[in-house]
Amino acid sequence: MSDKEKPNRRDFIFTATAAVGAVGAGAAAWPLIDQMNPDASVKALASTEVDVSSLQPGQSITVLWRGKPVFIKRRTENEISEARNVKISDLKHPEKDEDRAQNPEWLVMLGVCTHLGCVPLADKGEYGGWFCPCHGSHYDTAGRIRKGPAPTNLEIPKYEFVNSNTIKIG
Amino acid sequence: MSDHNYTPSSKFGKWFNDRLPLLTLANHLTDYPTPKNLNYWWTFGGILTFCLITQIITGLVLAMHYIAHADLAFSSVEHIMRDVNYGWLIRYIHANGASMFFLAVYIHIFRSLFYGSYKAPREIIWILGIMIYLLMMAAAFMGYVLPWGQMSFWGATVITNLFSAIPLVGESITTWLWGGYSVDNPTLTRFFTLHYLIPFLILGLVVLHIWALHVPGNNNPVGIDIQKPSKDTVPFHPYIVIKDLFALLLFMIVFAFFVFYSPNILGHADNYIEANPLVTPAHIVPEWYLLPFYAILRSIPDKLLGVIAMLSAIFILAALPWLDTSKVRSAVFRPLYKQFYWILVIDVLVLGYVGAMPAEGLYLLIARVATAYYFLHFLLVLPVLGKIEKTTPLPLSITSPVLGGSADLAMAKNTDVRKEKL
Repeated sequence: MSDKEKPNRRDFIFTATAAVGAVGAGAAAWPLIDQMNPDASVKALASTEVDVSSLQPGQSITVLWRGKPVFIKRRTENEISEARNVKISDLKHPEKDEDRAQNPEWLVMLGVCTHLGCVPLADKGEYGGWFCPCHGSHYDTAGRIRKGPAPTNLEIPKYEFVNSNTIKIG
Repeated sequence: MSDHNYTPSSKFGKWFNDRLPLLTLANHLTDYPTPKNLNYWWTFGGILTFCLITQIITGLVLAMHYIAHADLAFSSVEHIMRDVNYGWLIRYIHANGASMFFLAVYIHIFRSLFYGSYKAPREIIWILGIMIYLLMMAAAFMGYVLPWGQMSFWGATVITNLFSAIPLVGESITTWLWGGYSVDNPTLTRFFTLHYLIPFLILGLVVLHIWALHVPGNNNPVGIDIQKPSKDTVPFHPYIVIKDLFALLLFMIVFAFFVFYSPNILGHADNYIEANPLVTPAHIVPEWYLLPFYAILRSIPDKLLGVIAMLSAIFILAALPWLDTSKVRSAVFRPLYKQFYWILVIDVLVLGYVGAMPAEGLYLLIARVATAYYFLHFLLVLPVLGKIEKTTPLPLSITSPVLGGSADLAMAKNTDVRKEKL
C-alpha cells in the first residue's frame, strides 16, 4: 500500500469531526421536527363518551372525536342482513360484517373517507350506506368500500359499551 | 458584455463602487443587451415580478390584522373586510393577486414551451422556474387555508391526506403535518408561518432565475443565438423597460377589473361559511389554477398511483430540456411541434375543465384520456419528434428577417444570401 491509500491521523480527525457534527446536527434538528407532532393538549383529548339512548333503528348520530367525525349508526334488520349477505370475495377490502360490528345493531366508525379524508354522506350511494361526495367512493351498510378510489373500509376506532346506553370512543 | 469595465463618473461613486460594486450591477442591468425581436409574450417576467411584490406588500398588511387561530381566523377576515380601513381593497387585491400571479406564470411557462426557452444553455433557468412554480402552488394552497372557511378546511384536509398515500410512514407524516389527528388549530398556525415564509424563498429563487438568465441572455422568438450584439440587441433600459411597463399597464387593467368588478368570481361561495369538521361541502374543488393537476389526481382509481401521477405531472416539466430532443428552439421553425404544442394547450385546458366537474361518467372518461395524453406528449411525442421532424430553415441572424423586409423568415434568409452575392 502506498502512503496515499493508508488512512493517516488527519483522515481520522476529518472523519471523526464529520461524524460528531452529523450527530450534533441531527440532535439539534430533532426538537425542531418533533415540535410539529401532536402536543400534550391534543393527546389529552383522546377519548369521549356518547349517550346513544335516544337513537331509534335506522338513525345515526355524528360525534366529534380527536377533531374527526365518528358515525354511530343503529342499523335496521334489513341493513344488517344486507351487510352480512355480501360475498366476501366481492369486496375490495375483505372484512366480515361480524368483525366490524361487535354488536350487529351498532356500527361505530370514523366518518372519514379513506381516500382523502372527506366526510361521507349517510344513506347515499349505490350500496345503501355512505357516499363520499369529493371523489365518488361508495360504502355499504357496514362501511366497507365497494366502488371508487378509496383504498380501504371506513376505519373502526377503539370503542366499548360502558353500559347499554353509553359508548366510550378511544 | 461591458459591465466589468464600468467606472462610475463621480468620485464618491468610484469610492463606493470599489468597496461594494452595486453601481456595476446597476449598470449591467441597464445596459443588459436584449434581443431586439422580443415580442409581448416576453413581458411576463416583469409582470410576474410585479405580482410577487404586490403579494408581499398586501400580505404584510393583511398579517397586521389577521389572527391565525381556528376560533378567530374566520371572523378576523370579516373584520378586515368590514372594519379595517381599505381592508376590503387590500384583501381583494391579495386574493385576486394570487389568480393574476398564476395567470401570468402560465403564460410565461407556455411562452417557454412555444419558443423552446428551456433548451440548452437555459436548463437551469427553467428548473429554477419550476421550483418557483412549485413554491407558488404551496404558498397559494396554504394562503387559501387561512380564512378558515369550508373550502379552506376541506381543501387542506384533502391535500394533506395526499401524504397518507405514502406506504408505511404516510399516517405518521400526515399526523406530523397536522400537529394532531385532523386539520385543526396547530395546522392553521403552521400554515400561516409557512405562507409568510414562502414568498421570500420565491424572491430568493427569482434572483437566481434572473442571474441565470443574464449569463446566456434572453431567448427570442426565432430561437437563435445573438450573432452581433451591436446589430441584434438593444439595451434593456430604456427599450425593454418601457415595453414591459406598457404591458404591465394592460395587465393591471385586467387585474383591476377582477378586484373592483368581480372580486369573488374566482373564489367559492362555500368559503364564506366557517370551517366545520362535521360537514364536507357537496363539491370540493381547488382554486382554478390547480384544477388540471386535480383532474389528473382524480382520474386514477387508485390512491397512491393517483398521487404519484399528479406529482409526476409537475416534476416531468423539470426533465423537459432532456425530453425534447430537437436542436431547434423556436416552434416557428418546427411545423409538427407547433401542432402538438397547441394540442397540449387544449389538453391542459380540458384537464382544467374536467377538474372542476364531478368525477363521474363522461367527465371521468375525458379526464383519463386527457391525463394519458399529457404524459404521452412529454414521454413519447417530444423525444420522437426531435428525431423525425423536418424543421424549416433558420434565419442567419435575429436581424436578417427584419432587414429582409419580409414576414416569411425562410424568404428573409434567401434575401440575405442574395445580398451577400451582390
